[in-house]
Amino acid sequence: MIGLQHYLTLSAMLFVLAIAGIVINRRNLILLLMCIELMLLAVNFNFIAFSRHLGDETGQVFVFFILTVAAAEAAIGLAILVVLFRNRRSINVDELNTMKG
Amino acid sequence: MLFQIILFYLFAAVLIGAALGVVFSRNPVHSIMYLVLAFFQSAMLWLLAEAEFLAIVLVLVYVGAVMVLFLFVVMMLDVNVESISRQLTRYAPLATGIAFIMALALIQLIWLRSGTEDPSLGAFQPNPADYDNTKALGAVLYTEHVYAFEIAAVILLLAIVAAITLTMRRRPGLKVQDISKQVAVRAKDRVRVVKMDAEPKEKMGAEPKEKMGTEPMEKMGVAPREKMGAESKE
Repeated sequence: MIGLQHYLTLSAMLFVLAIAGIVINRRNLILLLMCIELMLLAVNFNFIAFSRHLGDETGQVFVFFILTVAAAEAAIGLAILVVLFRNRRSINVDELNTMKG
Repeated sequence: MLFQIILFYLFAAVLIGAALGVVFSRNPVHSIMYLVLAFFQSAMLWLLAEAEFLAIVLVLVYVGAVMVLFLFVVMMLDVNVESISRQLTRYAPLATGIAFIMALALIQLIWLRSGTEDPSLGAFQPNPADYDNTKALGAVLYTEHVYAFEIAAVILLLAIVAAITLTMRRRPGLKVQDISKQVAVRAKDRVRVVKMDAEPKEKMGAEPKEKMGTEPMEKMGVAPREKMGAESKE
């Protein structure tokens, strides 16, 4: 039977892959954003699995809000990316050192 | 039941493969396509978990809107792929280490410390036959969480305003209408009436003098102008 632990394991694999992707692709800003989307997807998997396991819809409501915020985040992030590319002609993260952070 | 298990493992395998494709593909456009595949597989898995509404929302919102946005941006930016992908293997040992540690911790948490050796104990209980996921979700969303729902709407509005404000630019040479300037303009800003004396006919230029009716026409042409200037001064 497929249960909670299967879904949690799948979500953990997704999350770990997304973490590895962030570390590997740390030069490309677009891929960083995509890996963040993957991580949010893994988190949503957890919420849905627990919601199904406990028979409580509140977890799915939370997934709904995560989807909303993720869409807003993607829109603003991509807008910043476009402005950045327009100014610097590059989206390499290593070159973003204007603030000396 | 067996069919569902087979479907779960099939979708999970494709999902993991798609996530690997997102992380390791060299072309950002291919990464986005793999991400679309991953979202589709996730929607299938959520359908298996009887979260139908969120599965549909995932396909509509993510694949339909967010991924298309990503695709537009990637195709618009014209990123130099070669210069980025050459550095791909530099951080691979670090990434492997972090992923290994995290995977170890999560697997230990999920399988060993969950207290149940038998995975069938964590199996989902079947829902009643008349269970409607969308109806149940709506009943919770519009009653208990209605304020959070409205805040989500405000967040979306904020995202629209922020994205448009960030990306809108005014090019210097662009000729556009300024409506408020057009409405605010007055006649005396546009037309300047110069009062001048009537000039003798010889100074007007190389017109032939022998033509009939030149003089009265000239007078008629000049006279109203003088009148207009006098009126506007008063």
